Amino acid sequence: MSKQKLLLIGNGMAGIRAIEEILKLAPDKFDITVFGDEPYPNYNRIQLSKVLQGDTEIADITLNDWNWYEENGISLYTGESVTGIDTKQQTISTDKGRKIAYDKLIIATGSVPFMLPLPGADKEGVTAFRNIRDCEQMIQASQEHKKAVVIGGGLLGLEAARGLLNLGMTVDVVHLSDTLMERQLDKTAGKMLQKELESQGMNFLLEKQSAEIIGEERVAGLKFADGEEVQADLVVMAVGIKPNAALAKDSGIEVNRGIIVNDYLETNVAGVYAVGECVEHRGAVYGLVAPLYQQGQEMAKRICGTESVGYQGSVLSTQLKVSGVDVFSAGKIVEDEETKSVKVFDDWRGVYQKVLIDEGKITGAVLFGDTKDGNRLLGLINKSAPIEEYMDNAASQETGVDLVASMPNEEIICGCNGVTKGAIVDAINSQGLTTVEQVKGCTSASRSCGGCTSLVSDLVACTIGDAFEQNQKESVCSCTTLSKDEVIEEIKAKGLSHTREVMNVLGWTSEEGCSKCRPALNYYLGMLNPTGYKDEKESRYVNERLRANIQKDGTYSVVPRMYGGVTNSKDLRKIADVADKYEVKLIKVTGGQRIDLFGVKKDDLPSIWAELDMPSGAAYAKGLRTVKTCVGADFCRFGTSDSIGLGTQLEKKFEGMNAPHKVKMSVSACPRNCAEGAVKDVGIIGLDGEYEIYVGGNAGTHMRQAELLAKVKTEKEVLETTAAFLQYYRETANYLDRTSVWVERMGIDHIKEVLADEQTFKELNKRMDENMSVVQDGWKEVLEDKTMARDLYENVKIPVGTK
Amino acid sequence: MEKLISRVFIAKVDELPKNLGKRVYVGDGNLELAVFKLANGDIRAIENRCPHKAGVLSEGMVSGEYVFCPMHDWKISVVDGKAQGPDVGCVKTFKVAVEDGEVYVLLGEAEEASLPSECSHS
Ligand code: SRM
Ligand SMILES: Cc1cc2nc3c(=O)[nH]c(=O)nc-3n(C[C@H](O)[C@H](O)[C@H](O)COP(=O)(O)OP(=O)(O)OC[C@H]3O[C@@H](n4cnc5c(N)ncnc54)[C@H](O)[C@@H]3O)c2cc1C
Ligand code: SF4
Ligand code: FES
Repeated sequence: MSKQKLLLIGNGMAGIRAIEEILKLAPDKFDITVFGDEPYPNYNRIQLSKVLQGDTEIADITLNDWNWYEENGISLYTGESVTGIDTKQQTISTDKGRKIAYDKLIIATGSVPFMLPLPGADKEGVTAFRNIRDCEQMIQASQEHKKAVVIGGGLLGLEAARGLLNLGMTVDVVHLSDTLMERQLDKTAGKMLQKELESQGMNFLLEKQSAEIIGEERVAGLKFADGEEVQADLVVMAVGIKPNAALAKDSGIEVNRGIIVNDYLETNVAGVYAVGECVEHRGAVYGLVAPLYQQGQEMAKRICGTESVGYQGSVLSTQLKVSGVDVFSAGKIVEDEETKSVKVFDDWRGVYQKVLIDEGKITGAVLFGDTKDGNRLLGLINKSAPIEEYMDNAASQETGVDLVASMPNEEIICGCNGVTKGAIVDAINSQGLTTVEQVKGCTSASRSCGGCTSLVSDLVACTIGDAFEQNQKESVCSCTTLSKDEVIEEIKAKGLSHTREVMNVLGWTSEEGCSKCRPALNYYLGMLNPTGYKDEKESRYVNERLRANIQKDGTYSVVPRMYGGVTNSKDLRKIADVADKYEVKLIKVTGGQRIDLFGVKKDDLPSIWAELDMPSGAAYAKGLRTVKTCVGADFCRFGTSDSIGLGTQLEKKFEGMNAPHKVKMSVSACPRNCAEGAVKDVGIIGLDGEYEIYVGGNAGTHMRQAELLAKVKTEKEVLETTAAFLQYYRETANYLDRTSVWVERMGIDHIKEVLADEQTFKELNKRMDENMSVVQDGWKEVLEDKTMARDLYENVKIPVGTK
Repeated sequence: MEKLISRVFIAKVDELPKNLGKRVYVGDGNLELAVFKLANGDIRAIENRCPHKAGVLSEGMVSGEYVFCPMHDWKISVVDGKAQGPDVGCVKTFKVAVEDGEVYVLLGEAEEASLPSECSHS
């Protein structure tokens, strides 16, 4: 029997989800064709907000990649618009002149943004916020212009405004009403929101009616009905959306506000279905994915001939995706005469919670500041639960894991995709899932707005118990279930000596590992056997392999060592000479007190190093980078000790060391701490007659203040204590954990205890010495090894016209 | 359009380091190849331009039939040029011939033919 032809118009979130549901029910029943007028596979429109806010990239928001269509035998036409439906002949036609027949047709054309018909609205620099192109246009505008005006203080407008702030623009938000998000929030919450966003730098122009967009070719400003004007280089209209039902209407399908459908998402024309933002069901039009996904599920059942009760409408809940602002609302939001409410208002913590009750049953909720009850409330509203059910639980302050443990199985965890706790637990148990990513892949939970990710993570934790700890924190990478400690034990016990051998013997799932485990194993093997192990350059990240940091265009940087940040005219002259000779693109003083030469070609690296004839600064290394120093006692009126001298000794002692991650140190000669010891892996502060050694500081991605490890009297003790500390770190830290993470995990008291044992202290020092005894200068090693120089640095050039 | 398939000499097999990439400039610099000798001895050639942000794939870490881009760690198959999920995209692949211990890459028509079909969408 030949397959039925199923055709989908609209390659968006609702349509493709419906296709997924159909494929689940009847994988082989249909020949599926999809038309989408955007040039991409189905992507997560919701995440455009996060793209604009810089939290993710366009490349990362694809929901169904090209492979997915191919694997499911779907013919996909992107960048092609369906322009007509002939419901009699059962064919559609497109703007590229294609004509295709269907047996069943799904219309999922979504919405079009509502553009205020203002004079001047066609000027350059006026945009909506709906698709990737809009998003790109805004990002582009932010690079060339300064001032943006967003019209609309609803969800979309505020998310756009936050994004534009992140992109460095000044932003005014214009809103017709006197409170923000008035459709989702009551006045109290609206005002709290406004205050919070103002403190983030947004400027609000409330109760303002836009009248005209002014400017020449490009927008220059916005004029209001009251005659006032504001300047603007970019105007984003986010005043609402309207169902995209024109195509259906022109084809004779019944349309009111949206395409009219029954509970089975059938239109008035046999064989034609509609789903998503373009439809109107029982008078309601929806603009959030949760209801649209429910519609798709019901429609799929009908199309595949499965019994169902049909779609019954949905209660909406909203969450604003602006970092630092937690708002949630669902169901009814303002009281009327009949309504009672439970309210918590904590001005100090900035928390406001209101639960609305009609006849003893929960009918709505508004949360500000603390929204972790949101999904639970939505569940309660959906089943019209008595208020007691909420209050009984609300009183106890539960931790995340306890909270999910106490939830009933039918409670919804992921609102967007309607995934219940029970469904997630089943998937975890039946398919042995251990991570949030796997749960996402199997159940779709947290696949849309991502608001429930922490709940899902808690649920994984409480379902698999201890295994979660191991899996989340310790498995070396996804090629193995073994933790670092287990791997190290096995290496020792079985005497393993190569990365490949470790992977083979310990049953890695991929033969040659990945970019996570290979460098880690290479490090562990070298750490365990410093004198015998031969470092594998193929298992090093590019920067370490080439002993230079790669730049975005594939050139490299060169940072010669400058012990303690001290230089001299001879070295400076050499640096200047090679900079000229090799035409480096930039000479910059780094944050680490030395000089960086940028934009060097790979094949020039060995000769530059040779001509510099200075040690490598190892600015690429997972190992010692710099020892920053202050001026010290020789010059500074507050200095108590020779910080430069001690810094130089430290740098000479540890240069070339391999470590789980980079190590930065500093020495200051008084508590003013000009070398910033509080944020270094090891920060020494010289006091009168004593040195304080601080450890575990970090000024990078995750700021951490260093903690006091020891107070010692002599420079020698500083060097030894530092060596013992670093060796203990080398031996016990996970690869890629900075000392900050490691100290946090071990606890400073534990580390102090270990170093307090005299024997251990000596042995750690001995093992550090052994390790340092084989260390070579990174650059010299290359210069002395011809094969290495050829294998790593030489390129091949082929002239044109070769045959 | 007439286009000749040119066959260009890259290097001797022994001169290519195992599990590392070689950066090959073709002509006046518009085309750059990354040539890899895999652990199993196979030699593969792809365009040296990551589908993400044009990273130099020749400097990536090679594992099995994949190279991890040195810029942001996308995983790219050196066999068919496809980026591995969740990332989407692909690079051109080129045919390689080994004769008498010498490695040749076939340029020209072959490059178009081997462009994975999904790429024609975007
Ligand atoms: C050159 C320099 C910036 C500058 O112009 O001043 C720099 C440049 C880079 N830093 Fe940095 N960092 C530089 C000082 C810093 C500092 C400040 C400092 O050391 O005083 C920090 C914060 C302090 C800290 O580390 O605790 C810093 C925190 C980072 C981080 C985040 C580390 C973390 O643990 O969170 C990274 C990412 C990483 O290493 O994984 C990073 C990574 C990088 C890389 C290597 C990115 C990369 O992998 O390609 C940059 C290389 C750029 C290039 O094209 O060569 N850089 N980086 C500084 C070199 C110092 C030096 O002389 O060696
Ligand atoms: C910035 C932003 C943030 C959002 N945040 C959230 C959120 O936090 N939570 C939430 O639940 N929802 C959110 N939404 C709403 C959510 O994205 C939409 O509800 C959902 O995408 C609607 O799905 P759809 O398939 O109906 O429409 P769409 O996803 O718009 O898909 C319709 C597709 O059909 C195409 N099309 C239209 N006409 C034709 C034609 N004639 N021929 C071919 N193709 C055609 C369109 O180009 C489009 O690609 C957000 C939306 C935006 C823009
Ligand atoms: S902060 Fe460091 S890693 Fe980030 S762009 Fe600057 S140099 Fe590069
Ligand atoms: S450029 Fe290759 S991963 Fe980004």
